[in-house]
Amino acid sequence: MNEPVVRIRNLTLALPKGSDRPHAVEDLSLDLMPGKILCVVGESGSGKSMSAYALTGLLPRALKPVGGQILFEGRDLLTLEERGWRALRGRRIAMVFQEPMTALNPVMRIGDQIAEMFEAHGLLTPAERRNRAVALAIEVGLPDPGQIVRAYPHQLSGGQRQRAMIAMALALEPSILVADEPTTALDVTTQAQILKLIRDLQRRRGMSVLFITHDFGVVADIADHVAVLQRGRLVEQGIAETVLQHPQHPYTQALLAAVPSLVPPARASRADAPLALSAIGLTKTYATRGGLFGKPRVVAAVKEVGFEVRRGETLGLVGESGSGKSTTARLAIRLIEPDRGTVRLGSLDYTALAPRALRDERRRIQMIFQDPFASLNPRRTVEQIITAGPIAHGTPRREARARARELLDLVGLSASAAERYPNAFSGGQRQRIGIARALAMEPDVLVADEAVSALDVSVQAQVLDLLEDLKQRLNLAMLFITHDLRVAAKICDRIAVMHRGAIVEMRPTTDLFRQPDHAYTRSLLAAVPGLQAARP
Amino acid sequence: MTLQPSASPIAAGLPETPTALSADRPAALPAARSPTALALRRGLRHGGFVIGAGILGTILLCALAGPLIAPHDPYAQDVSRRLIPPIWQAKGNWDHVLGTDKLGRDYLSRLIYGSQISLLIGIAAAAISGAIGTTLGICAGYFGGRVDAVVSYVVTTRLAMPVVLVALAMASLVGGSLKVVVLVLGFLLWDRFAVVTRAATRQIRDQDFIAAARATGFSPARILFQEVLPNILNALIVVATLEMAHAILLEAALSFLGLGVQPPLPSWGLMIAEGKPYMFFQPWVITIPGIALLVLVLAINLLGDGIRDVTAPEGRR
Repeated sequence: MNEPVVRIRNLTLALPKGSDRPHAVEDLSLDLMPGKILCVVGESGSGKSMSAYALTGLLPRALKPVGGQILFEGRDLLTLEERGWRALRGRRIAMVFQEPMTALNPVMRIGDQIAEMFEAHGLLTPAERRNRAVALAIEVGLPDPGQIVRAYPHQLSGGQRQRAMIAMALALEPSILVADEPTTALDVTTQAQILKLIRDLQRRRGMSVLFITHDFGVVADIADHVAVLQRGRLVEQGIAETVLQHPQHPYTQALLAAVPSLVPPARASRADAPLALSAIGLTKTYATRGGLFGKPRVVAAVKEVGFEVRRGETLGLVGESGSGKSTTARLAIRLIEPDRGTVRLGSLDYTALAPRALRDERRRIQMIFQDPFASLNPRRTVEQIITAGPIAHGTPRREARARARELLDLVGLSASAAERYPNAFSGGQRQRIGIARALAMEPDVLVADEAVSALDVSVQAQVLDLLEDLKQRLNLAMLFITHDLRVAAKICDRIAVMHRGAIVEMRPTTDLFRQPDHAYTRSLLAAVPGLQAARP
Repeated sequence: MTLQPSASPIAAGLPETPTALSADRPAALPAARSPTALALRRGLRHGGFVIGAGILGTILLCALAGPLIAPHDPYAQDVSRRLIPPIWQAKGNWDHVLGTDKLGRDYLSRLIYGSQISLLIGIAAAAISGAIGTTLGICAGYFGGRVDAVVSYVVTTRLAMPVVLVALAMASLVGGSLKVVVLVLGFLLWDRFAVVTRAATRQIRDQDFIAAARATGFSPARILFQEVLPNILNALIVVATLEMAHAILLEAALSFLGLGVQPPLPSWGLMIAEGKPYMFFQPWVITIPGIALLVLVLAINLLGDGIRDVTAPEGRR
């Protein structure tokens, strides 16, 4: 029983020439034990996904295995031909992908996609396949299985799609399930359900699971064994509790230390500071035209949302996808217009401004965006990106340039970054440039829309520290939108929880975490992965 | 909002960009390279790009240096030296390397001067149609809604008009001349520019850097020129090469039909038309300008394909 099902021995995968390092994965040895979940953890670019792809024979063509073995059922998988792989994939080794919407065929019914697993391997009769599809839908907990097998992927929610993916993966009773960040694209409450499902199914079927993730909370919830990768090298592996409680390698220690704890630091109240931003009764509904005969569908994105942010204070807007928090941010900064309601900047009625006056006043409220790759114009140098705003508002060019260099220094980049294009920077560095661009306008209010969500945990910690520091130094008011309660706990003075377009609870951070009032807040808090590990 | 991974699963093991730094700290940065400079470096390793640019460059040089390198006056007639075959035939002579036409004009000189006409028409028509199409497309793509509806309607209307027939009708109404041909082609070939810019603009309209520009208080005109235009330039250049080739071929067709450039201007299409009566006994009279036309259009298309291939990865991720 203690023989590993899969032994990866000294696996080395070569990257194409001209990459920043010679190997995606170097000299990697892992054992996948029967009936256990092995989590491979690492930051982006650590090669964790590539080890999963190697195990399913789905490596991108540019990556070549140049050494080592993957031993499974007495064979070295690296020597397998495409034919051999086809017999193995799905049947003995199944895979669940990160993005369930793109991993499912959008024009095929769910049930047919599950049944296709049997069809592809020439098993069962069509009627039996249909019955098995329904049985699998029941097993993965899809609601109303008899009906849902006739649905198309777009009719399902994200969590249901991921359940359907898992049903497909389980169809042929594989002995190994490879899951590549299967919950990363999901909301926190859905993530908790899917993690529980994978754990239950794994126990019931005695499968081995190779689980790729970047999130130590998820590791704490699901892993039996952990392997930590850094830049393609295995730095530490072992039993999950041991690694999480007593990490040996400095890199693991640094990663774990960078995970924000759920215990918010004590913060002084800013209730007497002057008001910087206030929103009163903001409402926005979207109507989709129903076509020639259909009825128009009306969605209330934001309903009667009101809040106040004072100078030097950070208000967190927390909620799951579709809760209207991003819409609220965009309403506050007037990238979209509200149906009803008012936004005030200090004493200025920001909502009432006409287009020309609005353009002049926009400098008082600035935004930091989520995706550091989409938020900088790839065709302009960093200096042009930072100075464009002030110059458009009448700052002399020379002054704006000098100021841009000061700002780069302020956000922790060297002044020589100014002449470079965004393509020379990593995600975290780009986010710093985005912050410098916002600060160049000398705003009173900063709106950060999921500003650290796309970043690795160690970079995330650095950017959060930077934001906190800047807020205090420049006495900024900050509206911080996030789905991540750990991040919110770390940076927010007060938190507003949004659910279905409305604020259900708004209180100082420490109070909210100690004693959540609203049932939804409680369920959000309970779903945060790695709760046990986080509380010392 | 859901948590976005910092890289797609396939790219996760690969570096973000060839020059990306993996550590998030101020360190010695690599040399500053604009996306355009990076694309150019990739271009020099692309076969089609190099060949296309090489041939086009050569033709362009010939056209510009025409008066210096042409051995004879392209308009000088000499009836005593009619239809001398090119050098590789038995009766050829070195005085007229590519022979002479029915009026005894030197064929090589006419070919060189003809390249001026072809390039002029290609570039001018592409510039006019590019200006019209890009303006329409970028506005339609950025503003959407009613503007988009109107522009789409205009494009559809334009697509319903047969280019060759309208060009023929215009030329026969106003009378063929170089100016007329350029204008007619310029006003007829903008549709692809409009369609491509509209699609490209829509793609980047919702990106965060456009939202950032709006949040900074930029006027729409500034956003269109500073933020949108540089990012759709690649697509525009590709379309421009296609339309250049298209315009050159149309000019040749119109001149062949006698409705384009008028004699004695040495247009390649006109040269083919004038050689038509002799094509059975002196086939080189039409094959030489024909091959010239083929090579020019091929070079432009190779260059266009090359630019498309080279700029496709965009170096963003």
